[in-house]
Amino acid sequence: MIRFDNVSKKFNTKSGEVVAANHVNLQIEDGEIFGIIGFSGAGKSTLVRHINLLEYPTEGSIYIDDVDITKVSNKELRRYRQKIGMIFQQFNLLEQRNVTGNIMYPLEIAGVKKTEAKKRVEELLHIVGMEDKAAAYPSQLSGGQKQRVAIARALATNPDVLLCDEATSALDPITTRSILELLKDINKKLNVTIVVITHEMKVVEQICDRVAVMSAGNIEEIGTVREVFMNPKSETARKLIIPEETNLVSHTDRDVLRIVFDGQSAFEPIVSSLTIECQTMVNILGANTENIGGKAYGQMLIELPGDPDKVQKIKDYLDRQGIHYERGR
Amino acid sequence: MPQGMGELLLNGIFETMYMTIVSTVISYIIGIPLGVIVYITDTNGICKNRVVNFITGTIINIVRSIPFLILLVAIMPFTRLVVGTSIGSTATIVPLIVAAVPFIARMVESSLKEIDGGIIEAAKAMGSSTLQIVTKVLIPEAKPSLMVGGTIAFATILGYSAMAGFVGGGGLGAIATNYGYYRYHTDVMLITVALLVLIVQIFQEVGLKLVNKVDKRIK
Repeated sequence: MIRFDNVSKKFNTKSGEVVAANHVNLQIEDGEIFGIIGFSGAGKSTLVRHINLLEYPTEGSIYIDDVDITKVSNKELRRYRQKIGMIFQQFNLLEQRNVTGNIMYPLEIAGVKKTEAKKRVEELLHIVGMEDKAAAYPSQLSGGQKQRVAIARALATNPDVLLCDEATSALDPITTRSILELLKDINKKLNVTIVVITHEMKVVEQICDRVAVMSAGNIEEIGTVREVFMNPKSETARKLIIPEETNLVSHTDRDVLRIVFDGQSAFEPIVSSLTIECQTMVNILGANTENIGGKAYGQMLIELPGDPDKVQKIKDYLDRQGIHYERGR
Repeated sequence: MPQGMGELLLNGIFETMYMTIVSTVISYIIGIPLGVIVYITDTNGICKNRVVNFITGTIINIVRSIPFLILLVAIMPFTRLVVGTSIGSTATIVPLIVAAVPFIARMVESSLKEIDGGIIEAAKAMGSSTLQIVTKVLIPEAKPSLMVGGTIAFATILGYSAMAGFVGGGGLGAIATNYGYYRYHTDVMLITVALLVLIVQIFQEVGLKLVNKVDKRIK
């Protein structure tokens, strides 16, 4: 269990004091995949770097299994760090070491015997599916392959926690999906707690159990991914869920309704049925839905008619169908 | 050309190589730790220490500012203390080292600065101690760049060693000075200069070939 207790972090820069974390209280449970989402500069990376004390808090404490790690000695801290794996957006592999050498590094640091370490490297290469690249150097690998090596390296010392700092932000969508699948797998099979930092709602939707929305050093809301996606409470969450560039909300004066699909049948023509039943036309301003196993997940923004009776009809229809909706603006 | 010149030149080559190689090696033995200290004690370093950084940085700057010929003469008593004499090839090694160490320390520092901070952060996150970061990350990752620096240092020290001829040091520089400059044997001077060019050229080429072989960033 990781617990932030009233953690604040302030930086003194030339342009004045910057608050990267503002009295953060947060608890991450064992075995969960916890997401921290926010726009650039929200303080996500800084916050996560408190978990392995790459950043020291200006105020407050961080507890790992009820030990305040801000109070332990340097030597103990290094041992804690060996139990917390970390992967990065830019992979950060040692460029002069090959794949095996990179995965070997944390084992050398931990003082594992060479023969044992070699066996462990083989296991890890198998977990991340990189057995055939054991002798390759990072410069010969693609981004996705580099991240797989980085994951193997992060898992080498059997950590309890894996921190992922924008781990998929430099990867294409298909590679991103495969890396996220791998992380999910690791979470399930090895029971590693995973903390994911991202600016993409898609990443959170795909693998996280719970998510914290961050802006300007503040945690704006915390909840299960479903809760936050269905009913975003904070302005930041809304902006992350409904990206402005993907919809036309700003082009209409009318009220907008956000319909959330949460596993309804993808084969039901919901919008067509709605127009027939309510005898009114609706304008779709934006949508992103995904069909996962015949079920629809995602959201749609529709422009409401000016007539309040018709609006009520639409809402009644959605209620009858059991489809969640909320004000889209 | 004066008689016995062939043997003299051969001897000169040997002395020049001796001075340059020994000085380069010893200078690196001192210069690498010094460069590492300056790098890691910097404001953004892994072992930030303003006092140590300031003191080492200042000493390096002072020694680097002194012209070699002046340094050569100024530290003669020290040279005599260390090697027992202030004339000849071995005596020249002492000022060569004193002049080369700060220069090499700065080159080492700049090689280390080329390493991506993310790699160092990752090493820290894995629980590495400062010493482990230095020996397992900084030096190996900077190795190709350090080797390029090595070839530059070698050529520079070779150039300095030629100057030692003016104050009774040995080597090709001394031959060029004594025969070419003082006795107007232009041919001897030209030959020695050509030999110096050749030595630099060979070391530069071999050095860079070696760097390309060692550097794993190049496919």
